[in-house]
Amino acid sequence: MKHFFVICCAVLGLFACELQAQQQTTLASDTAEQLQQLTNNKLKQSMQLLQSIASREGTNMLPLYQALLKGQLYYIKHSTQMISVRKSGSEKHYSELFSGAAIAALPANEIKKVRVNNKIRGFLRQHISKLKLSAKDPQARLAALQSLLGSLTPETISNIAQLRLSENNLQVQQLMDLALTIDRAINASLAIEQVSAIKLLQESLEPQVRNTLTSLNSTKTHPSVQKAAQQALLKIEQSIEFYGYLEQLFFGLSLGSVLLLAAIGLAITFGMMGVINMAHGEMIMIGAYTTYVVQLLMPNLLEYSLWVAIPLAFIVSGSVGILIERCVIRFLHGRPLETLLATFGISLILQQLVRSIFSPLNRQVASPQWMSGSWEINPVFSLTLNRLYILAFALLVFFALLFILKKTSLGLNVRAVSQNRDMAKAMGIRTGWVDAMTFGLGSGIAGIAGVALSQLTNVGPNLGQAYIIDSFMVVVFGGVGNLFGTLVAAFSLGIANKLLEPSTGAVLASIFVLVFIILFIQKRPKGLFPQKGRATE
Amino acid sequence: MSKLTEYFSNRSAVQSSVLPFVLILFVVTMACVLGNLVLDPSSMFYVSTYTITLLGKYLCYAMLALAVDIIWGYCGILSLGHGAFFALGGYAMGMYLMRQIGDRGVYGNPELPDFMVFLDWQQLPWYWQGMDQFWFAMIMVALVPGLLAFVFGWLAFRSRVTGVYLSIITQAMTYALLLAFFRNEMGFGGNNGLTDFKDILGFSLQADSTRIALLIVTAVALAAVLMISQLILSSRLGKVIIAIRDSEARTRFLGYRTDHFKVCLFVYSAVIAAIAGALYVPQVGIINPGEFSPLNSIEIVVWVAIGGRGTLIGAIVGALLVNYAKTRFTAIMPEVWLFALGGLFVLVTLFLPRGLAGLVGQIKQKVSLNKTFKSEPQSR
Repeated sequence: MKHFFVICCAVLGLFACELQAQQQTTLASDTAEQLQQLTNNKLKQSMQLLQSIASREGTNMLPLYQALLKGQLYYIKHSTQMISVRKSGSEKHYSELFSGAAIAALPANEIKKVRVNNKIRGFLRQHISKLKLSAKDPQARLAALQSLLGSLTPETISNIAQLRLSENNLQVQQLMDLALTIDRAINASLAIEQVSAIKLLQESLEPQVRNTLTSLNSTKTHPSVQKAAQQALLKIEQSIEFYGYLEQLFFGLSLGSVLLLAAIGLAITFGMMGVINMAHGEMIMIGAYTTYVVQLLMPNLLEYSLWVAIPLAFIVSGSVGILIERCVIRFLHGRPLETLLATFGISLILQQLVRSIFSPLNRQVASPQWMSGSWEINPVFSLTLNRLYILAFALLVFFALLFILKKTSLGLNVRAVSQNRDMAKAMGIRTGWVDAMTFGLGSGIAGIAGVALSQLTNVGPNLGQAYIIDSFMVVVFGGVGNLFGTLVAAFSLGIANKLLEPSTGAVLASIFVLVFIILFIQKRPKGLFPQKGRATE
Repeated sequence: MSKLTEYFSNRSAVQSSVLPFVLILFVVTMACVLGNLVLDPSSMFYVSTYTITLLGKYLCYAMLALAVDIIWGYCGILSLGHGAFFALGGYAMGMYLMRQIGDRGVYGNPELPDFMVFLDWQQLPWYWQGMDQFWFAMIMVALVPGLLAFVFGWLAFRSRVTGVYLSIITQAMTYALLLAFFRNEMGFGGNNGLTDFKDILGFSLQADSTRIALLIVTAVALAAVLMISQLILSSRLGKVIIAIRDSEARTRFLGYRTDHFKVCLFVYSAVIAAIAGALYVPQVGIINPGEFSPLNSIEIVVWVAIGGRGTLIGAIVGALLVNYAKTRFTAIMPEVWLFALGGLFVLVTLFLPRGLAGLVGQIKQKVSLNKTFKSEPQSR
């Protein structure tokens, strides 16, 4: 049959597409017959039929196997034609089995499902993987290998050994070697050979390797094999533990970056201006809602919405901040505890405003495609991309802010006013304008933080409240008026929290951190990096 | 000089208004009690039991505001964690009430409260022992928050944590307690807190007479605390405390151990808050971790700010007014309440830095100034 095709293709190359469509209708008569027999629905027979089909046909039968595996294979009673019926929600999609072309819906009493049992499913899975092992795409081969690792049969091994010779993708090669090594560790005739295979295995972190070693360790084999397996397991456990710590560290860094983003705006409004800005959390919330609105306005350009939302959130939150400064805070200079009350009042108003406009329910902000997924470094250690991006983003914002404060004239003015207001005024700095700009800058950065946070949590009116206390802790712990202190404090608190978490649980970990901060402030009332000099009094 | 005269004029103003206030409190309470007991429900002046309980609740809040005013208004310590002491006192009372339920709970366990049975606990934790005795529970109401305030204050004031830093670590304290009490493993009912109370000292909590008695006890406690505080603050001790508020460094140089004074006052204030909490719980019938939320503590500060800090009566009036407004507003148009409250904060801090009491004081001063001008114009 295949020869026939080859000739056809050679002769009628122009009509290749058409021929492929015909491929299904011109199945080998044996196969067609066996397919007919499948509809008899006798499970014992089905197995033999499938095996014989599998031995004869190649990848062209994949749709059959897959439909059968998922329980989507039906046949039309009167014609015994195979179709696939896919359910999505309450809808059913009917299509031809091999071509995948959609066909009209059929009444339920005219079609019948082809039954399968677990044994057949196992066979199908195995066979599909085998077919995929010879797929063109290296990623597909890799995935197929991965799924085969757990159930290596002599046939699979011989398949793999054969394919290994012609394999040219490095990753696939490595995984194939691993499969062969696993096989050797289990089935090699000499104990020495098994031991050497096990020694090789201890470098791998694949869960299947661990399963193999565990079973080798527990079954009665040669004592040296058992011992080697035990040692290998120990080593693997150690490296898994190591990666576990690395993962906690990453989570800690991620939490730290969130804390940094949330606190960095406060480090300006509270740290530099001395305003106890209880409305800071609401600035974050406004930024998050800006992201939400931007996504509502440009639903088709989700991928780019964040790039619009970041500057917009800065502008919106910054303007709200400037408005607050001009209308309320400038009248409260030198009375820090009263700014607390006034800004708390403002935060209540802003929350209620958002509740009235957007409803009190949480809103879901979608993540663009490029932010989802994860970066798999090895089987037990992977980093989620959105957290990675936010970590980078937090550092970027931090250094941008540092640049503004250290290298621009606005930054110079801000520092001058925060160090000695009267002297700055005497030098001709418009302190009122600088105050407004500083507060706007701090609020705008809080708005940017809101954009980042909207990618991690739901956006709701209470979003800001969740971060306000943590932000204050970070700023106070790091030392008021010191941006680097804020950076160090955010990351050390984040990491401490996450490293404590496995042994104490999330809630206790944050309680410990809070108690630690309370005690730390007693010891060093001005934080990690106190400001020096007379200006601090 | 002007500060000194201001201080003396303030002092006399406060002193003169404490006794009348106690009298008013007494009259209003008695009127409500009589209105409930004697009058017919159809009468115009009949006071419903709901109102009685509401009034009791307000008086508890007033006591709490008084506690904050004592340290903030008179000693300059802005605590954003006083809700924690209030809630701890409430929890101690709640534990007593919980033990009084006995085998009348849903699971009928005579020893364990329902939530412990639900969590499959076999025996009472050690800190629940003895809480079925009223006297012991009352000692705990004062002792636990007092001890916490002592340890916290001793640590903080000895290392001279002041101002904003102190406010923020008090907030951290109440936040940490909030998180802790949310945990089921703590043995305080977790998220749901303690509720379903049946009776106190053998009297049913649902009965009108018990509610009236609780109101009277609350009013008496408030009056007592008010008078004691007045006594303390107008004594020599009070003068030192006010001196600490105005210039701590100078007071220290004069040879006073300012940290000792501050710790004592902090503990005193915490105990008042705890007593308020203990009186609050039987009247509202529930105590849950929500009372620890930092928001609640800030709200107390706002009552004091609105009423006028540094005047005992002002704090009480502020608490009563704001809470009354809250009850009315949340009933009529709940979405406006937060706007109103928020706006109130902003306006009061901007235009009434010394609160309503300050406003009254200003008006009085103006009137008396006019009088002096008229009577002896040549002396000025």
